[in-house]
Amino acid sequence: MTVTEPRHATVTMTYREAVREGIRDAIASDDRVFLMGEDVGRYGGCYAVSKGLFDEFGDERIRDTPLSESGFVGAGIGAALGGMRPIVEVMTVNFALLALDQIVNTAALYLHMSGGQFNVPIVIRMVTGAGRQLGAQHSHSLEGWFAHVPGLKVVAPATIEDARWMLASALVDPDPVIIFEHAALYGSSGEVSADSGPVDINSARIRRRGDDVSIITHGGSLAKALTAADELDALGISTEVLDLRSLRPLDTAAILDTVAHTHRLVIVDEGWKSVGLSAEILARVSEDALWELDAPVMRVCAVEVPIPYAMHMEQAALPQVADIVAAVHKVLDR
Amino acid sequence: MKDPDQPRRLLKQMVMIRRFEEKCAELYQVEKIRGFLHLYIGEEAVATGVIDTLEAGDAVVATYREHGHALALGVEPGRILAEMYGKAEGVSMGRGGSMHLFDADTRLFGGNAIVGGGLPVAVGLALADKLKGNDRVTAVFFGEGAVAEGEFHESMNLAALWRLPVLFCCENNLYAMGTALNRAQTQMRITLKASAYEMPAWEVDGMDVLAVSQAATRAVESIRGGAGPHFLELRTYRFRAHSMFDPELYRDKDEVNKWKLRDPIETFRTMLEADAIVTSDEFAAIEAEVAVEIDAAVAFAEAGTLEPIHDLTRFVHSEEVAR
Ligand SMILES: Cc1ncc(C[n+]2csc(CCOP(=O)(O)OP(=O)(O)O)c2C)c(N)n1
Repeated sequence: MTVTEPRHATVTMTYREAVREGIRDAIASDDRVFLMGEDVGRYGGCYAVSKGLFDEFGDERIRDTPLSESGFVGAGIGAALGGMRPIVEVMTVNFALLALDQIVNTAALYLHMSGGQFNVPIVIRMVTGAGRQLGAQHSHSLEGWFAHVPGLKVVAPATIEDARWMLASALVDPDPVIIFEHAALYGSSGEVSADSGPVDINSARIRRRGDDVSIITHGGSLAKALTAADELDALGISTEVLDLRSLRPLDTAAILDTVAHTHRLVIVDEGWKSVGLSAEILARVSEDALWELDAPVMRVCAVEVPIPYAMHMEQAALPQVADIVAAVHKVLDR
Repeated sequence: MKDPDQPRRLLKQMVMIRRFEEKCAELYQVEKIRGFLHLYIGEEAVATGVIDTLEAGDAVVATYREHGHALALGVEPGRILAEMYGKAEGVSMGRGGSMHLFDADTRLFGGNAIVGGGLPVAVGLALADKLKGNDRVTAVFFGEGAVAEGEFHESMNLAALWRLPVLFCCENNLYAMGTALNRAQTQMRITLKASAYEMPAWEVDGMDVLAVSQAATRAVESIRGGAGPHFLELRTYRFRAHSMFDPELYRDKDEVNKWKLRDPIETFRTMLEADAIVTSDEFAAIEAEVAVEIDAAVAFAEAGTLEPIHDLTRFVHSEEVAR
């Protein structure tokens, strides 16, 4: 059973369309909002997310930038300080590494260093994830790095509704919010209730209720977790799936609640295990819910290797449904 | 002419790159090649002309659009294609793919898919050569899109400041994905940016392989003589889409067709035929030789094997490489 069952009329759209609708809405409804990034305009976005928006809104509000990640992310921060509400698209998290200084040393720190005088209401969107044979330099899942930094908020829309509405909430937030969109999700489609609206961006959500074991995951791995849950259901294993949605802050209460409910936990993360997001979730569970656990926690993460190009190697490096199912069997000992 | 074999060699090299990449595009359609595939078609004269002037021991750093550079360096076509097939016989063991061709024998240091990412690496290779006191040159290739990156400016400054033996080769094909140069730069004379770092910088017709070769020869001689870095802006054009995912919304067919009239292979071949340096029979023979090499490359890639999955973590630390 899914918890967010639509009550009224629904619209079916792809994840890509949902993100585009979110951007269109934001730009149409607030003069301060504009989209800026590499090839967001004339090219239509490297993942075709902003296709058509350039013709609709023009080059001031759908602003193409040169290849200058540090420069235009910094410019977005400045525009935010100057009263605008920029949505800055960095093509992918891989290239955001060239803008890491601006994100970590400027966006995340100004409010604090100015003694509360200067907040930075910027939204930075970027693609994350592997699985399409793009090679190691184009396949990073580094959202956990950004979630490490106080001063940033980090969200990962995994559903069509979140893809559609997280942006609106991020733009209302007075501080920097980074939105990670998993590349594999853009083509996925689903229903959004026609009267849906801005969603909360600080909390996790249960996407499937279950009693025997919990899977905690986010972003591109949610669909794999739900598929695994279906397979397990057929075997009589009732799986609860928690979608983190927000990676910073982490919804610790929701994490502890699901552990208290099922007493068994598998964490699925496309990032690497070492010093990563999955390690943090596990740490919180062991700090506050250790005695709730009936079995050691299992983690299903990327193998600790740069993501290889060859398909069989890439797939072997990434969490798969079968790995999740196997991990569940292991924590259940059946 | 100093080197009577050169015209035929350059022509054959360009034909080889062209036909090889046409085959790649075909193989991509049938999903033998996956991931990103960036074709160099239209730009062959650049890598061909520059690399022809390099000597064994010189280094090359390139981008994700580097099949031509690898071929011009003499990397075996079969091993390049096997890489794109993800086979263990590939130059990078199938770990890299089209964008990450590496070859120690010919000193090809990638295949870097981060725009601007190769420039500082080239500076470092040249620094090592300078510290070791040899007279090697490092040629680094990058698109005009990279000129907007901080790494471009930082690298230019370092190379000039330390008088390093770097040949900067800016492959100006006018577009960075869909962003035309005039939408990315106010000063479109890229050589002026190089001049700001006090290095000799020349604009070169990148559709004319002899012009490229002459400019590169002059620059390389001067660099080897200790004159420090040189900069070539090679004006060229990519005839195909940026990658296989690009619907080309940002440019007219007319513009593409106009540039195709300056096809570097056609113009060179016509010139050589007119001057009776290469006859049409000889050109047909070149095409035939190339076709045979490409068939062999495809057969090699097809026959390649998949690296066993239990070796997945093999190339993370050096101690595991020899395993
Ligand atoms: C740092 C970085 N930002 C963005 C990209 C995505 N990207 C790949 S190629 C490219 C265009 C680069 O154009 P140019 O440097 O002119 O080289 P060309 O592709 O025309 O050969 C872009 C934006 C990237 N690979 N690296």
